[in-house]
Order: sequence, then structure tokens, then C-alpha cells
Amino acid sequence: MKLNINGKSVDVTADRDMPLLWALRDVLGLTGTKFGCGAGFCGACTVQLDGEPVRGCQTPVSAVGTAKITTIEGLSASAWGRKLQDAWVALDVPQCGYCQAGQLLAAEALLRTTPKPTDADIDAAMSGNICRCATYTRIRAAIKQAAAA
Amino acid sequence: MKASRRDILKAGVLAGGGLSLGLQFAGGAKASVPGALSAFVIIDPTGSIRITAHQPEIGQGVRTSFPMMIAEELDVDWAQVTVVPALGNRQVYGVQLAGGSSATPTQFERMRRLGAGARAMLVQAAANAWGVPAGEITTGSAMLHHKASGRSARYADMAEAAASITPPKPESLTLKDPAQFRILGTRIGGVDNRALVTGKPLFGIDTRLPGMVYAAFAKSPVFGGKLKSANRAAALAVPGVKGLINVAERRDLKTQIDVGLPGIEVLPEGIAVLATSTWAALKGRDALAAVWEGGDAAFQSTTAWEGAAAKAFKDGPQKPGYMNHGNAPSKMATAAKKVTADYSYPFLAHAALEPINATAHVTGDKAELWLSTQTPEDARRMVALALGLKVENVTIHLMRSGGGFGRRLMNDFAVEAAVIAKAAGVPVKLQWDRAQDFAHDWLRPGGWHKLEAGLDEKGDIIAWHDHFVSFGADGALNPTAVIDGSLFPSGVIKDFRADVTVLPIASTLGWLRAPINNAFAFVTQGFIDDCAIAAGRDPLEYRRGVLGSPRAIPIAEEFSGETGEAMKGTPYNTGRMRGVLDKAAAMAGWGRAMPPRRGLGIAFHFSHLGYFANVVEASVANDGSVKVHHVWVAADIGKHIVNLSGAENQVQGSVIDALGAALGQKITFADGAVEQKNYGDFHLARMDMAPAVDVAFLSTDYPTTGLGEPAYPSLAPALAGAIYQATGKRLRTLPLDTSQLTA
Repeated sequence: MKLNINGKSVDVTADRDMPLLWALRDVLGLTGTKFGCGAGFCGACTVQLDGEPVRGCQTPVSAVGTAKITTIEGLSASAWGRKLQDAWVALDVPQCGYCQAGQLLAAEALLRTTPKPTDADIDAAMSGNICRCATYTRIRAAIKQAAAA
Repeated sequence: MKASRRDILKAGVLAGGGLSLGLQFAGGAKASVPGALSAFVIIDPTGSIRITAHQPEIGQGVRTSFPMMIAEELDVDWAQVTVVPALGNRQVYGVQLAGGSSATPTQFERMRRLGAGARAMLVQAAANAWGVPAGEITTGSAMLHHKASGRSARYADMAEAAASITPPKPESLTLKDPAQFRILGTRIGGVDNRALVTGKPLFGIDTRLPGMVYAAFAKSPVFGGKLKSANRAAALAVPGVKGLINVAERRDLKTQIDVGLPGIEVLPEGIAVLATSTWAALKGRDALAAVWEGGDAAFQSTTAWEGAAAKAFKDGPQKPGYMNHGNAPSKMATAAKKVTADYSYPFLAHAALEPINATAHVTGDKAELWLSTQTPEDARRMVALALGLKVENVTIHLMRSGGGFGRRLMNDFAVEAAVIAKAAGVPVKLQWDRAQDFAHDWLRPGGWHKLEAGLDEKGDIIAWHDHFVSFGADGALNPTAVIDGSLFPSGVIKDFRADVTVLPIASTLGWLRAPINNAFAFVTQGFIDDCAIAAGRDPLEYRRGVLGSPRAIPIAEEFSGETGEAMKGTPYNTGRMRGVLDKAAAMAGWGRAMPPRRGLGIAFHFSHLGYFANVVEASVANDGSVKVHHVWVAADIGKHIVNLSGAENQVQGSVIDALGAALGQKITFADGAVEQKNYGDFHLARMDMAPAVDVAFLSTDYPTTGLGEPAYPSLAPALAGAIYQATGKRLRTLPLDTSQLTA
């Protein structure tokens, strides 16, 4: 089947029920999208379909169709994505860093729809993404810094 | 800590010219390897300055902080430095361990001396070339200058000559006056940050090798269970599944390996499913529908253990007088008032976000592994044992870990991957799923404490008595469930007695962030609140009384386990603790008036050589739900903060991690197995739970110590104190049962 990933059309040979997470990681070698829980609890596998954040582990590859997939490897194509990446680096957000790809994909979707998010907006948009190191205070600050950039 | 006299700075000329400076350790390999991989400092003629980060990175920031120590004394700009990775190789690098918050206290000065040694050799090379005294040469930004003659050179220009100079003895080097620090103590972002935010492959789980197959491993959810049946045909019918390996049939492999904890069989019985993707491997594993029976751990049940603990409290301890300082019983008899309280806390899982995995390639008499591990040398030794290989024939690629928290001190996964890869004959990436991560964790043990304190006329504590119930095998407490002289109130309360009862367990127990302390602080600080309440006194003022006059109390030698190792020979300094207690109280505005159902709580704890106190401000809604608004933390980890940005991040993360544990984390057993399967029933802190966390570091004239753990323990008791002030209810069981707090 054909997928549109980060602006490119890509041929993928995978079982129809294989989650997008594993098609990206194992079939296509795009390992920036992370496996965390496999059940939609943690958000480590967050990617965007047509700009909407979804759980890669809960999205069968056959259900993607013609939707445009954005992964962390393609985040820099978005102006909000670049602002967020720069804010993440400037504020030294990561500890282990494993969740940050998912956090960034969720944050980019937030800022695109809510360019000046309140704390409540950030809570609502980001609470599906676990940071096991609990870098939440810096994630919040970096989203605000990107919003102000 | 001083550099060991046995350490010898060892230099070698790189193939392309230039200086490589490694640190050889006595007892290690004789042969120096003058290549980039054996060196901490590499300066080549192009001007590239490479510093090796040799410690396992699990999120504690060590891939940044250690090179900072070297770069400071090398006298280069941070922007000039490229950090390069290391293999797991003790002979070349010395100890490589992410555990016990031990890296900074044991290696801060050693790393600085590595940088200073390289600088001294470059200075000597310039002195020789210019015919001037070395003492007249100054450095800065990777340049050498001789003011009198106006000469200057780049480090790169002198590197080749420097490499032929006899390295100075580490103890002969003069280190920088801290007033001259330009890198240490500043805010430096993590060296991998840009790679992380663009999704580059850094973690063990990201490893991909030519010809690699993916593996899942079916094993008994009850520790020690035996395979009764499995539907091999169904597994093999899953598209993508290439084959099955029953490791129990591989008698050529050694599976009983000593990992330093009692009674542990590292490689359990089970069937590995090899496939073309992780998804197919996991699906194949499920299709096996493996049925297990028996197992040493089949008796395990949280309900039964709770009953056993209650019975021990009623009937009396197995080991009365397990610890006895002073004369607690006679002091207790003279008390004006007695206070009693029961505390308990659950088993906890590590739940690191990167699920356990390992990639291995075994060919002939060699093995190569790519691991997210906190203890690469242990992995190397265990894999060598399991496969019957020489240790030097096992190569460990040290990958970034997606969290450790103590779980990756154990390398059971490395052994599994190595054994499966040997049988498979091709590179194998073994992947556990989240349920296996919970089922086969090395858990923080649960425990119960029955406490009694005797108070004098003023309400001060004159005797403290603890009946501690926890877990172990053969009637001995497991090393992760000890009570010993390193733990408050030992030493601070002179008349202290602990009785012990040991409940049997067969599952694996292990170290979790601030082990032992993460549970004991809740108990001991909570009980101080109980005593303050009984005495009718303020929790802060009461704590000042408990600490008493500033003094250094030697820690009793009756400790064991990781905590004790880190603290051997150290005192408990009540003055340093008083310093952080007062600072945290001042930051929070302790004593200010609170609206209804809102309160402040305070607690202190010493662990991993760090002194910490925090104040929590929390409110309790009428439905009982608890909201933490703000936490103020004061820390004393000695004279220097290596990286202020990383340090604050560690403290804020520890506090919020501990908050998640206090409100939502509990591992329970039924029919021998762990009941929790995923983050849906084991709740980690999320964004909407995260309070503001203010952090202050007191700079005191003591050695610099580590920060991955000691901020964690004092959060839970301060939270319980805030809840008491808000509601008048004392919660003494973790996780906190907020259903008791409804209005």
C-alpha cells in the first residue's frame, strides 16, 4: 500500500492490521516514533494524520488511507514545529528524551489550533502524553516560549 | 574524592596525529588502546576536540555533565567540544554505572583531573616548542599563549607533540580555582537535545542491523512457572513469524547466573518467537496461547501478605531487637506520652517508558550487544557467562536509555537476547511488551511499620521503636528491603530500636530511584508529624527540635545494600539538614494563613549524600481529590552544581515523579503474578498533575554529590502533611487513599 509520510509517497509492504507505529519503525526504519505502552495510554507513539494527533499503536496501517502522516522526522517542515524544537533545546526540556517526539507532535497540533494556549489548554492537550522523567514544568514553559516566538 | 594513586594518565598518538588521553586503571588491561574509543580526550590536527562520555545516560544528564567537568579543566569553550560515545569497557574507562547517584561524588574530581592532565601536556608541548617555562604559558578557548613573547598556538597545533610527553601524575595536577569556572555551574543544554527533538535513533530500541530479526519471548507471568502447553502451529501461522526457539531445550546454555541478589534465575523457561517485525513477533507470542503451571512464586498474594503483616504486628516480631541503639525500652518507660501509628507502602514498578529490549548478534566465540542499560559491565559479564565466552569477546554498545530508575541495573534482558541470538544465528532484537515489563520487573518491595515514640514533658521524642515488616528469602531481608544505620532516625534519635519480620517472596526485587529511602522517608517524616501533632507543636519548629544542634553524626556501620555503599564513612550532618529545612520553609512562606481545605506540609530527608527538604502546598476538593499547587525544594549537595539546568530538571522531575507515585502507584499480586498490566492501572504523573516546583541549591563547603535520586523521598510525607493541614486527616498508607478525604 502507499502512504504519504512527511510529504513523500512511500510504498509499504505490511499486514493490514499492523499498527502504524510498527510499520514506521520496523518496516520503514523511521524509529523516531516510539513504542511505549502499545495500548494508547502513554502517547509515546503520537504522530499526526492530516494534522490531528493520533496514537500510532492504535492506528492500523490500512486505516491511514490517503491521510498525510507527520512524524517527528518531518516536524521541522512546520513553522510551529521548528519553534517548538528550538524552544525544547533552548529550555533543555529532555531528561531521557524518550517521550519527547510524541510530546512535540501533540504540542504542534495544539499551537496550530490554539496559538496562545492557557495552562488549561496545555493540560487538556498534553495530558495524554506521559513523560516518565516528569519534565512537565519545562514542557509547559517550552510550549509558551514557542507560542511567544 | 581524591584521584586514586593507581590511576595513571595514559596518552597515545592517534593514527592521524594528535593527542588521546585515556585513564588507565590498575588491574585493568595492560595494553593501552591509543584509538578514539579508548580515550576521554581527543584533539586532532583539524581542531576537533572530542570528549568521551563514558557513563550510561538514562536521563540524569551525565552525557553532558561529565564532559563539562573535563572541558572546564581542559580550558576549552563548550561550543568547541564534540561529545562522543563509549563502549561498555571497564578496563578502558573505569566504572561505568548509572546507579546510587554515585557518578558525580565518585568521579567529579577524577574527570576534572583528566581535563587538567591533557591541558598540562599541551602547555608542556608549547613550552618545549617555544623554549619558555611552562609556568609562563596561559590557556583559554583551546589556545595557548605566551604573553612575554607574544606567541600563541591552537591546541590542535600542539596536540601531536603533546601526545609524546610523559603524562603527569593525576595527583600532581593543580585544578582550577572554582572562581575561574566558565562551564561548571552554568546552564548547559543536553548534548543530544537536537537529535532528540528531530527523532534521531539514539536509544537501544532504535537499533537496526542488516539481517536482523525481531523476537518476542513468551514466559510465565508467575516467576518460575513451567510451560504446560503452547500452540506452536498457531504461532507459526502468523504472517511474518519465521521460527520458534524453546530455550528450555537449550541445555548447552548456562542459565543460572549470579547477579548479586539471592535466588535469581536470570533466564526463565520460555519460547522465543522470531519474526520480520516486532508486531508479528508479539502476535505470534500471543498466538502461542502458552499455558504455564506451578512456579516458586505461585503462593504470592497481596491479600495474604497484608494478613501476615497484621498478624506479625499482633503476635510480635520474628527478630526482636534487630537494631538497638541506646536504650529505647527503658526510655520509653519514662515517657510522659506515647504516640503510636502504623504505616505501609506498596510494591512499585519502574515503568521506564522505553520498554525493555536488547539487540544481540552472536557469531562463533563473539557476541555484540546494543543495550539500554545502567550497568554495561554487568551485562558483559553475564552474557559471557551465559554463552560461555570470554568477557573480552563480548562487546557492549552503550545506548541511551529511555529511562532507567534502577530497572536497567539488571541485565536479564541482555542475557535473554544473547541466548536467543545464539540459537537464531542472526542478529536479534528482543522486545518485551508493557505487560511483561510489569510482570518481570525487579520491584521496589512493599513494607509495613508499626511505630511507637515516647515523648517527654515538652513533647520531644526521647525513644523511637519500629517494627518493620518486609520481604526476603530464607528469613533474611532482601538487600532492597533493609533497615540499617544509614536511615533516619538512626543516630539522630539516640534511643532507637527496630524489630523485624521477614515475609517470604520469590519474585525479583530491585532498586528503584532512591531505594529504601523512597519508602522510609514517608514513614519517618510522617511519624514526626504524628509526634508534633501529639505534642501540639508546629511541624517546622518540631523538626528543628528533632535535628537539635548542628553536629555530624557518624552513620552506624550496620548498613547494607546500595545505600550503605554510597554512604560508607559519611556522617549525618544535622546542621546541613537544618539549612535546607529553614530554606524550604522560607521559600514557601511557612506559617502563612491558608484558605479552607488547603494546607502546607514539610519534610526533610537525607539520602545518596544529599540533604533535601521540601514544602508542599495542596488543596483537597470536597470529593476528596487532591491538587498540588506548588512545591518548594531546598537542596544541599555540596559545593558545586555541575550543570544548573540539568540539576533543576532532575529535582523537578524527581518531585513530580514522587507525586505520581504517592497518588497513584501500587503493584499487587494475585495467584503469584503481578496484577497490573499497563499504565491504565499504574498511574504515572501527567501534565495536569504537575505543580510548579521551585528549587534552591545551597552551596556548602562539602564535596559535590549526585542528584538523580535524593530529591524524591521527601515529597510524599510533605504531601501527607499538607493534606492533614487541609483536612485534619492523617493518611499513612501509600498510595494515599484520597477517598477518605471527602467533605
